[in-house]
Order: sequence, then structure tokens, then C-alpha cells
Amino acid sequence: MDNGVAPVAAVDAARHGPDAVALDDVRLAYGAFPALERITMRVRKGEFVALVGPTGCGKSSVLNLVAGLLEPTSGRVATGGQEVSGVNRDCAYMFQADALLPWRSALDNVRLGPQLRGVGRAEATRQARDWLARVGLKGWEDRYGHQLSGGQRKRVAMAQALINRLPILLMDEPFGALDAQTRVLMEQELLELWQELGATVLFVTHDLEEAIALADRVILFTAGPGATLKGDYVVDLERPRQVAEARFMDGFTELYERVWSDLREEVMTTYAHSRAA
Amino acid sequence: MHTAAQPEPPRTDRVVEQQATAIRAQIPTLNRAPRRGRLRRSRWLVHGTQLALLVAVIAFWQIGSTTGLLDEFLWSTPADAWDRVVQWLGDGTIADNLFTTLYEAVVAFVLGVVGGVLAGFALAMSDFWSRVLNPYVVLLNAIPRLVFAPLFFLLFGLGPNSKIALGFTLVFFIVFFNAFRGVREVDRVILDNARMLGAVSRWQRIRYVLLPSALTWILSSLHAAVGFAMIGAIVGEYLGSSEGLGHVIAQAQGNLDATGVMAGLIVLSVVAAVVELGVTQLERRLIKWKPAQH
Repeated sequence: MDNGVAPVAAVDAARHGPDAVALDDVRLAYGAFPALERITMRVRKGEFVALVGPTGCGKSSVLNLVAGLLEPTSGRVATGGQEVSGVNRDCAYMFQADALLPWRSALDNVRLGPQLRGVGRAEATRQARDWLARVGLKGWEDRYGHQLSGGQRKRVAMAQALINRLPILLMDEPFGALDAQTRVLMEQELLELWQELGATVLFVTHDLEEAIALADRVILFTAGPGATLKGDYVVDLERPRQVAEARFMDGFTELYERVWSDLREEVMTTYAHSRAA
Repeated sequence: MHTAAQPEPPRTDRVVEQQATAIRAQIPTLNRAPRRGRLRRSRWLVHGTQLALLVAVIAFWQIGSTTGLLDEFLWSTPADAWDRVVQWLGDGTIADNLFTTLYEAVVAFVLGVVGGVLAGFALAMSDFWSRVLNPYVVLLNAIPRLVFAPLFFLLFGLGPNSKIALGFTLVFFIVFFNAFRGVREVDRVILDNARMLGAVSRWQRIRYVLLPSALTWILSSLHAAVGFAMIGAIVGEYLGSSEGLGHVIAQAQGNLDATGVMAGLIVLSVVAAVVELGVTQLERRLIKWKPAQH
């Protein structure tokens, strides 16, 4: 996957239109520290791709590159055939950390996106109410962040990210901090909303089970520093899926074992690095 | 968790649904304040003890000065001091002088806050100027600002303007530093989130993120700023003026009139308490999104 990039891209573009997300031989360094090396990947429109790898391998950096919050040291990042420069207006981003504006109520948080993009106040409010209802928070519109539980805050963040109906959705371990039950509920809701919106999703997680249960494709990263791609696996499970039952579907265990045996080596490498440090 | 071979579990859809119902059922109770009865009881106890403490101090003062434990010439008595306050209320001494003092404090406060916020923002937004001015700001802040009083008397005379200038320097710096930090220490993730949501222009980032974020810092400095504005006015009056509460106290001191000094202090304490209450109320209204702090 590290050769013949340009011709393949050209053929693909001619056949299906431009890729939703394309990284060509991307390298990213923080000063002298190499974070990512030789990253080449393409994601089709509407595809749900999970990025998996050991901690500190730069998965989140890939999202930040696509979002335009980081610039590649070399190489090219494009979405919808357009090279990314500056904040990418086609991306919604659900951050790992709590990113709600604490001085705004749930409604005002969700309303912010349309408001910033020039939607009128009344219409923005109507959309925000609608989205809060969709994520199951009807009646919680006036609450502030500290008045909501962790799961509820994630719901608000999801509504906030989805309301702009952008073609690309970036998610950085969005449900990592949730308890197992709430998490399954949120994953299920995400899948349903995704199917309805048809957005292209890049979903970073360290949880292989979550990755396979949700995604069409799992992309595996090697251990950092200078992480690159290790593998690319198609998840051939039928849709629509029930997240809670995905692991009992045919093919789940085989795929899990295949990816895990590759991931395992990288995890051991990271572990050895951190022990040596 | 990552074992490939899972044992056969119970039907998961039913389990998940049950758990979901349990979670949903819990949600409305999450915000209920715990053990309200006990809190209320302890609140009465606290307030009662506070009142008792005040009464005890006044009683000690009164009994001490009448029995000779405290020198009445130096300490006066609560009864005499209270009589003096009532007398001042009647003859307009308090009304006139309090008006002067509050005028000076309010003008110093408003100018200091506006100046501090603008300067703090301007400097925080410019890396170049914040680096250029940094040593001077640190130096000015390190100087005890009351030493500027002689300079201000020379520049602005003995009227209210020199007191306003003194109060301004005190208020300005504390607000300035808080505004500066408020902008500088804005949460990166929140800023990135706003950018992704569509806050692309500088003005949008100021309006939707930097300003509200800095507001918390600025508001937390207002408490101290109000106190400093009062200090500027009263110390300025004390050092040289012909009106104001500080002047009243200075005069009483000059006449070796302990009752007058004590009465002046009582008036000041009441004014300070009222102002403090007002600021707390304002704070509560402006940052209602914060969890209650006790």
C-alpha cells in the first residue's frame, strides 16, 4: 500500500468520483519527534472506518490532519478531492475529551454549529431541539454540562457534531469514558444516525471489539514513534447491526483473532518502549 | 476483555434492554441534592454560631471597657460608638462623606475593570506585545501601588481625582491579570471544538469562546477589585482630603477621638458587607452555569 498511489487514485477517481478522505504518503513530525510516517489511505464516501492501534500511535493525529487542525510535515491530505488547508469545513469532530462549552446550556451547545454557519436563530433553535430529542435528551435542553451525567454529555456532543450534517464525521474514542452499558446504547444510536445521514466516519478507538462491531473497515496502526499502517481489514458483517450482538455474528471471532494477532505485536512493542523509558 | 472465545452468554438483547431501562430510570435522580434535611439543620447551626460570635465580641468590648479591662479612652465603648453612628446619620455626616467615598470607589472600579479587561484581552491576543511588555507589567505589579499616592496628589490635587487614580491602579492590575490569564488558559479542546463547529473568524472565536471563558476569571477577580477600589478611596482620603469616610476617620484620629474612629470603622464594615453581598449576587447571576460553590 505504499507504492503506485497516484495512478490508483486517478483510476478510482475516474470510476467512483473522489474519495471522501485521502491521505497520500503523509508524514507528521512534532519538532524532531516523528509521529506518523508514510500514511497512505483512502476512505470511500459513506464508509465507516475504525482506526485501531496501541496508545500513542498517532491515531488521533490522523483525525486532526483530516480536520485541518494539524498540517502534515509532508504529503497530502484531501477530503472530497480537495486538499485540506486550514480548518476543514466539511468535518464534524467529536473529541475524546469533554469539549462542550460549559457556559452554554445543552440547547445552546447544540445550536452553536448552525448559528456559526449562518442559520437563523429560530431555525437553529428548532434544529437543536430536534437533535436533542433524537439523542434522547428531550426535556434536558436547559441543563448545563455539570448538571448532566457523562453519558448525557456525550449525547449532547453527538448532537452537536451531527446537527451540521457534514459529509465527514471524525470521532476520537468518543465513548471511551462511558460505562459498558451506556456505551452499547450510544454505539447503537450512532450506527442508526450514521445510516440515516450517510456520512463518512473515521472512528478512533483502542477497543477492537468496538471497532469491528461498528465499522465497515478496520485500519491498524503500528506502534509509535513514527507509526505507519500495519493492516487494513474489511469487516464483512451484515447491516443493519445490533452492536450488542455483533460479536456473536458469523465471522466476528475469526476477524477479531486475525486483527488481534497483528495488533498484539504492536502492543507488545509499545509496552517494551514504555518499560525501557 | 479481549479473549477471542467467549462463553455462551444469556440472550444479550434482553439483558441490554433491561440495563438500558435501569440506566434511564436512574437519570432523573442524578441531580437531586443529597440529604437535604441534614444540610438545612447544619446551616442553622452555622448561622446561629456566627451570630453568637458577633454578640460575644461586642459584649466583651462593652464589658471590658466599662470594667477597665480595656482602656476606654483608647477603645471607647460599643454603646458610645453606636450613639455616634446614629448622630452622624442624623446630621448628614455619613450621607455626605459616604457619597464621596462611594463615588471615588465606583469610578475607580469601573475605569479599572474596563481598562483591565481591554488591556488584558489586547495583550493576550498578541504574542509580540505580551512579550515586549511582560517585564514592565511584572515590575509595576510588584511595586506596592499605594506608593503612587504622593504622585497622584501632585498630579490630581487633593480632590476625588487622586483617590480615583489610586483606586484605578489597584483595580486595573488585578483585573488585567485575570483577563489575560482567562484568554491564555482557555481550554484548547473547547476552542478546537468551536472551530470545527464553524467559528473560523477571529471575532467568532472571541465572542463565542474567549470572552465567555475569560469572563469566569474576570468575575472571580471582581470580588478583590471591589475591595481594592474601596481601599484606594479610603486610604487616599486618609492620606489627604477634605471629605469622605477616610477623612472622617483621620480627623477623629487627629482629635484623639476613639469613639469617632470606632464609629467610622463600623460604618465602613457595614458598607463593605453590603457591597460584598451585591458582588456575590452579581456573580451568581452572571455565572449560573457553574456548579454551586460553598
